[in-house]
Amino acid sequence: MFSTKHTIIALVADKPGVLNRVASLFRRRSFNIESLAVGHAEQGGISRMTIVVDGTSATVEQLRKQLDKVTEVIRVSDITQENTVDRELALVKIKATSQTRSEIIQIVDIFRANIVDVSPDSLIVEVTGDEEKIESLFNLLRGFGIKEIARTGRLAMTRGM
Amino acid sequence: MKLSGAQIVCESLVREGVQIIFGFPGGAVIPLYDSLPQYPQLRHVLVRHEQGAAHAADGYARATGKVGVCFATSGPGAANLVTGIATAYLDSSPMVAITGQVARAFIGKDAFQEIDITGITHPITKHNYLASSAEELATLIKEAFYLARTGRPGPVLIDIPRDVFIEQAEFHYPDKVNLPGYKPTLHGHPAQIKKAAQLINKASQPVIIAGRGVTISTAYAELKELAEKAQIPVVTTLLGIGSFPESHVLSLGMLGMHGTACANMAVDSADVIISIGMRFDDRATARVDGFAPKARIIHIDIDPAEIGKNVRVDIPIVGDATNVLRALNKLIVSQSHVDWIRQLNEWHREHSTTRVKEGEGLPPQYVIAKIYQVTGGNATIVTGVGQNQMWAAQYFRYNKPDSLISSGGLGTMGFGLPAAIGAKIGCPEGITWCVDGDGGFQMTIQELATAVQERAAVKIAIINNSFLGMVRQWQEFFYQSRYVATFLSGPDFVKIAEAYGLPGLRVKDKSEVVPAIEQAMEHEGPFLIDFVVEPEANVYPMVPPGAALGKFIEEPRKEMVAPTDSFHLGVSNI
Ligand SMILES: Cc1ncc(C[n+]2csc(CCOP(=O)(O)OP(=O)(O)O)c2C)c(N)n1
Repeated sequence: MFSTKHTIIALVADKPGVLNRVASLFRRRSFNIESLAVGHAEQGGISRMTIVVDGTSATVEQLRKQLDKVTEVIRVSDITQENTVDRELALVKIKATSQTRSEIIQIVDIFRANIVDVSPDSLIVEVTGDEEKIESLFNLLRGFGIKEIARTGRLAMTRGM
Repeated sequence: MKLSGAQIVCESLVREGVQIIFGFPGGAVIPLYDSLPQYPQLRHVLVRHEQGAAHAADGYARATGKVGVCFATSGPGAANLVTGIATAYLDSSPMVAITGQVARAFIGKDAFQEIDITGITHPITKHNYLASSAEELATLIKEAFYLARTGRPGPVLIDIPRDVFIEQAEFHYPDKVNLPGYKPTLHGHPAQIKKAAQLINKASQPVIIAGRGVTISTAYAELKELAEKAQIPVVTTLLGIGSFPESHVLSLGMLGMHGTACANMAVDSADVIISIGMRFDDRATARVDGFAPKARIIHIDIDPAEIGKNVRVDIPIVGDATNVLRALNKLIVSQSHVDWIRQLNEWHREHSTTRVKEGEGLPPQYVIAKIYQVTGGNATIVTGVGQNQMWAAQYFRYNKPDSLISSGGLGTMGFGLPAAIGAKIGCPEGITWCVDGDGGFQMTIQELATAVQERAAVKIAIINNSFLGMVRQWQEFFYQSRYVATFLSGPDFVKIAEAYGLPGLRVKDKSEVVPAIEQAMEHEGPFLIDFVVEPEANVYPMVPPGAALGKFIEEPRKEMVAPTDSFHLGVSNI
């Protein structure tokens, strides 16, 4: 069995300490979290966590069950095999001079990303997409000098239904 | 009518049917203690260390099947509960621990005696709460008891700030809990049960492994029916002892590191294993990748996270043992498994190495065998950890559920005495023996005062080998007898008993064993016997760490002489 990335969705009661409980469970059972995104779900009082973990299907199954045991966790599903929309948002601050700015803007346009802040020696680019797209954009921008990166981690939703 | 938070706690405990609380007061819980006298239904047992409170609540829970309750103050009081809570967690014991916390305004300020006990106990509780107002206390307590005793039981902690005890609120005890994330699966999936039945019906060398889940679910009759109908031999885990009568012809005793030769050989060569309410702990399975190499495994457990955690499972069934076995038994055909049972018979005869060598001194196993004989098996044995625990498991024949109370998962030295006090207070009519080592006994020795003050008539057998015996045994076997930090000198336990106000006897000779046990039983109150045993006796058989279950070390034959005063392992049936 080999490790792959799995996407897990957990719906949890929006109560104090839940995030801590979930995070400490990962540590205690030695699971590798790649990213964890939390926010309100469609129903009041419930938060939705999107968790990306690296592991074999057996370890991830064990993780799913352990998560399910946390009292405030209402539902857990591993949607890795499903047809999903995956998105991540990233902000990246790049060095930009009057010589490089237009070149950067071209790249940003190709990726349908946005420039959300401009200052004399830098730009902030906002990009949304799956991890691959974000990585490729970063690769192209790296040459200009990346000063700061902030990423949300993956959000995912199954298509249809 | 409005009540104080403290009164709400007490009212709620009364609604939950609580009768006994084990605890120790301090600043943050004075308001709680102050309202206790208004509730004479609640008897408070004052321990001498909070670890003792948690173990006593655990022992009480295991002996009665009810939720054990303990109180402690904030900071050091709560911290002292931790070992006891962890012990209960690993053995799925239902417990509610109520701790005081600094007042709400001081939380997070490192106030005097503030610790983050909910943070500390996250990984060792089934759930925990930090109460934020008196108004929510009733709901929290309702939920805590519900969580503690349902599904796979476990400890739940409620941390209550000092000012919440004082705050006034309307009291309504909810009659339902609202826990959308918590729905234990009670009934096994019919298709899985059917598959399991087909496998069992075709098996030629089946073995049942019964764990504590059988006891928790009180599935004794169902287990017995399955075993008898299909003639399947039963082995138990340490905590499964008592879930199936050890004098039953189909009982093979305990499996695992110090399991019987026959039980381990049976599992090692089984073609089908039916594991019920057990979690494949490494002390039970020995080397995991060498566990039951020929067997297809059916695993019945109420906790889905236990399925496939340690051992590959062919047919998982998530559900309560009683329900699953009832459904399963309907699909099982009668069998006799004559050849298999004949084979087990033979192994049993060849490997009855559990007789004790005749020597000068007092063999520790002899003491346990005599406690069995004198009590006629009508006793609850509460053990320490180490050699004494293993001998207590091996040389007493357990025929009743929960007649062995022991810290299995955590292996907590110091569990014995306080857990025995809790068990005795929970079942005052029964006979309770605490069997402990001279090492572990000293970890909670101060609870002798609790036993005396509360008139808890526990009978204490110290298996005094002047060593941390189990560690010494490992040093002998695996570290060329380099005994480092395992020799214990003293104290004089008889004098200690006297100082605490209970009678004590020292026994050094075999001839004194039975009279001493009888004297202890005749005495009304707690009684201590210091059995000075052979210092370097070992526990056999033993599966060395890292070896497979079938690869046990047996007692060296040359040392074995047919005993004059015959006694042997509690399982000599097959
Ligand atoms: C709290 C705690 N500390 C350390 C251990 C490790 N340990 C396991 S068995 C054992 C020896 C126990 O000695 P004793 O209580 O005298 O019992 P014996 O083995 O001699 O019967 C030790 C130190 C433990 N189980 N628990």
